[in-house]
Amino acid sequence: MKRKSLSIIVAAGLSAALALGGCARASQDSAGAPGEITMWTHSAGNPGELAVYKQIIADFNASQHQYKIVQQNFPQGSYNDAITAAAAAHKLPCLLDMDGPVMPNWAWAGYLQPLGLPDSLINSLLPTTVGRYRNTVYSAGYWDAALSIFARRSVLDKNNIRIPTVDKPWTLDEFDAAVTTLKANGYATPLDLGAADTGEWWSYAYSPMLQSAGGDLINRGTMKSADGALNGPDAVTFFTWFQQAFTNKWADNSGPVGNQRFIDNKVALSYTGVWNAKDALAAVGGDLLILPPVDFGKGPKIGGGSWQWGISAGCPNADGARAYLKFSFQDSYLTAFADSQVVIPSTASAAAASKYFSDTGALHQFAVLSQKFALARPATPGYPVISSTFEKAAKDIMNGAEVKSTLDTAVQAIDTDIKSQNNYGF
Amino acid sequence: MAAHVVEAGERVLRRRRRVWIYLVLVGLAVFFLFPLVFMFVSSLKPDGQILSDLGGWRAFLPLGDISLRNYAGVFDRVPVGRFLLNSVIVTVAIVGAGLVVNSMAGFAISRLRWTGRGVVLSVVIATLIVPFETIAVPMVYWVSQLPTLVFQHGQVEYDFGWLDSYQVQIIPFIANGFSIFLFAQYFSTIPTAIDEAARIDGAGWFTIYRRIAVPLSGPAFATVAILTFLPAWNQYLWPSMVVQDENLRPVMVGMQYFFQDNTAWGEVMAYTSMITLPVLVVFLAFQRAFVSSVAASGVKG
Repeated sequence: MKRKSLSIIVAAGLSAALALGGCARASQDSAGAPGEITMWTHSAGNPGELAVYKQIIADFNASQHQYKIVQQNFPQGSYNDAITAAAAAHKLPCLLDMDGPVMPNWAWAGYLQPLGLPDSLINSLLPTTVGRYRNTVYSAGYWDAALSIFARRSVLDKNNIRIPTVDKPWTLDEFDAAVTTLKANGYATPLDLGAADTGEWWSYAYSPMLQSAGGDLINRGTMKSADGALNGPDAVTFFTWFQQAFTNKWADNSGPVGNQRFIDNKVALSYTGVWNAKDALAAVGGDLLILPPVDFGKGPKIGGGSWQWGISAGCPNADGARAYLKFSFQDSYLTAFADSQVVIPSTASAAAASKYFSDTGALHQFAVLSQKFALARPATPGYPVISSTFEKAAKDIMNGAEVKSTLDTAVQAIDTDIKSQNNYGF
Repeated sequence: MAAHVVEAGERVLRRRRRVWIYLVLVGLAVFFLFPLVFMFVSSLKPDGQILSDLGGWRAFLPLGDISLRNYAGVFDRVPVGRFLLNSVIVTVAIVGAGLVVNSMAGFAISRLRWTGRGVVLSVVIATLIVPFETIAVPMVYWVSQLPTLVFQHGQVEYDFGWLDSYQVQIIPFIANGFSIFLFAQYFSTIPTAIDEAARIDGAGWFTIYRRIAVPLSGPAFATVAILTFLPAWNQYLWPSMVVQDENLRPVMVGMQYFFQDNTAWGEVMAYTSMITLPVLVVFLAFQRAFVSSVAASGVKG
């Protein structure tokens, strides 16, 4: 019995070995069939966005016979892990989208090649939808997002608070007076800053305030140190205000994340993005105000740079990938993205055709805010570390940590990372 | 008579004590059920209402605009049936193969006498202190270089790379240091006299493993099955890194489909209800076996 089992195992093993030795290597490698261009998106679970991609790909594939786009969709939350893993395995797709601030890191790591799209096309896009690293364009996007302050006209009128405009935004003193008045007149927490959120939201949302106050995440001239930018007098002044906003109970971090507290009229002012505008419009109607950000001293600022497209360094069909991208930047597609996703189109002509963002569209104000106040996050490969360090420092300060020493510690962490990476090539 | 009264008084006291114990137990059960109740109830509500109801008792009650819309939304957004099937395949394979491989390894370490088994056991235990996250990226590189057989054009061919497959989700997780250790410990409690008697009767080691050790180690098998089932069902990081084809993704990666700029909380709750249900059913079906196996093997989950 025992010998019989053993002989069966040996025979099976020999057969497998012979089969393996005799068979040929599969012809199809990871790059796919000739002319096939692999494309990864972060859009799984987003039917509106995927429908537009499906249309573009169908149109492109039908427009020529040299290349064929093959799409794979990943959920946003695990997308960067998938890219990192694919890069480690040398299996990156030809076309990949990426969040704007991450692009320099991927370009520095050798994942990307220069985009190589015509200057006329690049120059027609909103500046914050073009990803530049060391004066080379590596990515470009169909849209941008923008932040603003949502309010109800009736609430501001009732409390005799001036409605700010793009040309005359609130000064910090005016803003402080407004939230003090709102708090005194029935709003236990008048302002939702979105502090219950986590991750990159913190640098996206609050570093523009810091920049408006005169500070920054890093010295952009050299990109070699955050000293003086993140812990200088302007930064200390801003973060002292930021801390007081929580100690004064103007804002809190109790959540929920999103804009529900504004819709329920539990807060009077909500610092949030264009992605929440459609629901707010439906709930509040004509009473909704989309206000410019506060001027902390050096002019209002909002974060710029959303999802953008690039071409991987090892793409065997880079010309085809470029042809696809060029094809895809048609106004009709940009408008379709804008209206299905409620995001700001990257060309003026696409915005003019948009239901929401044309001159008469209900959300036109976001296009204006993006054009006037958007500032891209620092284009350095060190941004992921800068962002997580900034988040930790800002949260510590919100929770009562001493401002200057917390910022000094953050600067030290950022500078140590930059030095350990030989200044990231700067 | 007096003794009778005292006895009756003690009975009343005992009954009162039992009532209090049950009240505390019911309270604890309700407390631990809250998250599940919240999940199921919220899966029936619109997003806005879920957020508005937070912070009050309404969050746990099916009140307001109740419907199955979120469940319909889940099917529009995620191929949930496919994801569930993939998770069942991966989990069953990991648990099933893991029971065989790890019990054999545990048996070899515990019962067979060979040079270096102590060192091997130490190495197996040492693997437990290495967090998976630290080796995930190198592992991706390794599995992307491994040879594999491909059936195409009617013949068997070979290729390199395990990415985008079931085996990449299963094989790295079959051998498990903790399971081997647990089996080795459990097998060592079986008297060696049984082995010796079997050897005298002509049994080989595999027969002793199969006919003696395995039938006597039910609690250890049940415990290992439980302890490997949940991590296999909850796999997220690894499949996120090695599976690019949507048709091969497991349920936990599907969870991320709902976290867009605006999180569809109602659909998140509907989806989590759907993927929790199989786990609950398994637990309820084998509840008694689970509890007794954990007690018998002395392992706490």
